[in-house]
Amino acid sequence: MTTTTGPGPLATRRLILQGAASVALIGLGNLPFAPVRAAANDKYPEEAFKQKSEADAIKALYGKTAEPSDKIKLDAPEIAENGGVVPISVTTTLDKVTSISFFVAENPSALAASYKIPDGTVPSVANRLKMAKTTNVTAIVEADGKLYSATKEVKVTVGGCGG
Amino acid sequence: MASSIRVRATSNGDITEVQVLIQHPMDNGFMKDAKGELIPAHFIQELKFECNGKDVFVADWGTAVSKDPYVKFSFKGAKKGDDLKISWTDNKGGSDTTTAKIA
Repeated sequence: MTTTTGPGPLATRRLILQGAASVALIGLGNLPFAPVRAAANDKYPEEAFKQKSEADAIKALYGKTAEPSDKIKLDAPEIAENGGVVPISVTTTLDKVTSISFFVAENPSALAASYKIPDGTVPSVANRLKMAKTTNVTAIVEADGKLYSATKEVKVTVGGCGG
Repeated sequence: MASSIRVRATSNGDITEVQVLIQHPMDNGFMKDAKGELIPAHFIQELKFECNGKDVFVADWGTAVSKDPYVKFSFKGAKKGDDLKISWTDNKGGSDTTTAKIA
């Protein structure tokens, strides 16, 4: 794990990585790009954030599908007055959690945030998200290599994506 | 310039609870300014917390994270007085770093 924090070296590293990826793609004769990578990966999941639908975003981020679990507690308001700031939190009693991600189904890009949970960190995250309109919010918890989900609908009075 | 990161890290013996508030516009690229022109996307992509040489929490963010983002989490293995290092980078290459003492 690198400890570089400055913009220069990090940007350079990303450029190099992207360069390497495109070279690899050309080498493969432009095979369809299948960004199947574990969320524990160090790299920013650019492709997953570009996906529009929730299913595509989950696939791009994790490369597998999730099953609903009652061991995940998703806390979100019933009604959000302001879609620009919706407090959403997740806690789970699942074991061996390695990541937690938040998806907002009707947003222009479904993936909102993805958190890596290293060993020793409590599998519980609270954050604030933007929501375009009334929609389902899904939390995906990766635990012991499997994906689990919890979904809740939030009614949005004023959207948070302009327009 | 004052740090963009405000952090509160408190230990209750076993578990350290961390709350962070970052000043950042988190522009999603869909909003228009007063002149009706689109404001280009400008948002934090990676946010990292390190304690005692180990990553304790890493966030990958998209544009759907609210302006002036807030996040809360807890981790084990630290004690009062330990340093917690927080750093973020955004999609325009901007970044900031701060270190907080766990209280």
